[in-house]
Amino acid sequence: MANLSVNIAGVEFKNPVITASGCFGFGKEYEKLYPLSRLGGISLKGMTYAERAGNPVPRIAETPAGMLNSVGLQNPGVDAFLANELPYLKDKGTVLIANAAGSSVEDYCALVERLSDSDIDMVELNISCPNVKQGGAAFGVACDSAAHVVKEVRKVCKKPLMVKLSPNVTDIASIAQAVEAEGADAISLINTLFGMRIDIESRRPVLAMNAGGLSGPCVFPVAVRMVWQVANRVKIPVVGLGGIEKWQDAIEMMLAGANAIQVGTAMFYDPYAPLKIIEGVNQWLDDHGIKDVNEIVGQVKPW
Amino acid sequence: MSYLQSSYPLIAKRAIAKQTYDFTIHCPEIAIQSRAGQFVHIRVPGHTLRRPISICGIDAAKGNIRIVFEVRGSGTDEMAKFNVGDQVDILGPLGNGFTLLGSDKKALVVGGGIGVPPMVEVAKHYGENATAVIGFRSASAVILEEDFTAMGCDVRLCTDDGTRGHKGFVTDMVRQRLSEGAADIIYACGPTPMLKAVAEVAKEYGVRCQVSLEERMGCGIGACLVCACKIAAEKGEAMKHVCKDGPVFEAETVIFDK
Repeated sequence: MANLSVNIAGVEFKNPVITASGCFGFGKEYEKLYPLSRLGGISLKGMTYAERAGNPVPRIAETPAGMLNSVGLQNPGVDAFLANELPYLKDKGTVLIANAAGSSVEDYCALVERLSDSDIDMVELNISCPNVKQGGAAFGVACDSAAHVVKEVRKVCKKPLMVKLSPNVTDIASIAQAVEAEGADAISLINTLFGMRIDIESRRPVLAMNAGGLSGPCVFPVAVRMVWQVANRVKIPVVGLGGIEKWQDAIEMMLAGANAIQVGTAMFYDPYAPLKIIEGVNQWLDDHGIKDVNEIVGQVKPW
Repeated sequence: MSYLQSSYPLIAKRAIAKQTYDFTIHCPEIAIQSRAGQFVHIRVPGHTLRRPISICGIDAAKGNIRIVFEVRGSGTDEMAKFNVGDQVDILGPLGNGFTLLGSDKKALVVGGGIGVPPMVEVAKHYGENATAVIGFRSASAVILEEDFTAMGCDVRLCTDDGTRGHKGFVTDMVRQRLSEGAADIIYACGPTPMLKAVAEVAKEYGVRCQVSLEERMGCGIGACLVCACKIAAEKGEAMKHVCKDGPVFEAETVIFDK
């Protein structure tokens, strides 16, 4: 049994496998299949300061080796989360990461301020949701806007601050550097790639919002490349996600430079994917005589 | 409510109409927990999303469930290739299911097309006290008629083109049945315009009505929030989710705005 624990921005995770935001709700649904304590952490459903009803349906479309979604940050708002969800979650024995989204800098700050006084372990600042018209990804696609929102949030954030980046950019490493310079404690990437499907008979886009976020195994190579680029340019920890479905993917992502990984879409076809990844990573480390999972981080040998 | 995920053998397979299949799966742990109106979420090789299929029959004693589905796209097409003996990866049973009253109550079960299968298990509960109004495009698409007959139901068959039974929509026959005598509850599953029309007739006659909704789904258990539907709430309307809060809702609370 190798050491699987990792430390991200001062937060101790018992293993490097975290469930990705938007795919795991607030944990209650998957808890009927396995105890949440087996997970390294949970990145909770993206929340905003005020309640959001989300987008019209259909909100999902299948793609080759993946899917598109346009949920639109449906969530009960931070007060309802703190009152109704957090008390239940806080003693589950896993790291709780609040995924925080907004449509203005003031929104983000008000939300993070509320979260700062709660029992959550970490904030994941979502500046990369492609599915809300105002804000979200609008902040994450340029260095100056990304830097500005992180700078302001940093002033009010008392929790470790991880910033989740959008892949829909020309130079993701520059954005990573910009948010690091403004005080981000960690970076997670990638959020979904913006995509579209059209029904050829009705000539209508499958999604009611026309386009949405692409996830699943089809985005994995893009995610590996971006994690590799970012990890080479920043000193803060990197959490890698995007299409990870099996333990081999997790190891590949860590070799690219991720200190931990998140699993999302894979849970829709295999709800046990996170547990299988934890077991598989441990076995691979044992088979290679590696005592500590941290030893493989960034160990890719580029040509 | 509880559910589980595992692989179970397909023990019987039959084509019962063009592109429509009848599967029996031996899954004792799931069968014993299943209720009328719930669904199972089936993993399809080569596909990211599971396919939600309503449960048509439950035989807890034998440990079997029966599902009937129509090939509508690449996922169901792939499912149709499963053969007897193959392992089927199921997450279930999911959803809330219908509210069943005492079996001595008068029930009206209404199904349109591939919305007919979940009505079989409801009709089984009420037997001779059920009227089954089932509608199809044409005679060649008629399925499960013999199941309702075998349970002693009063079967009222409708086809859009009049090639079998009453020519016209199920709503006509629901109205006719209600004009003949009282019913305690109506259950409906089928295309949205049909559900809306049945809900209106039920309201007109003052009969409780439950409808089973359909929406494109992701996780199937209420975590991903893609299968949203609008349901009337104390303050205006609330976004509920077909997979977890439904698929069955009281018809009077459903906001049909599509």
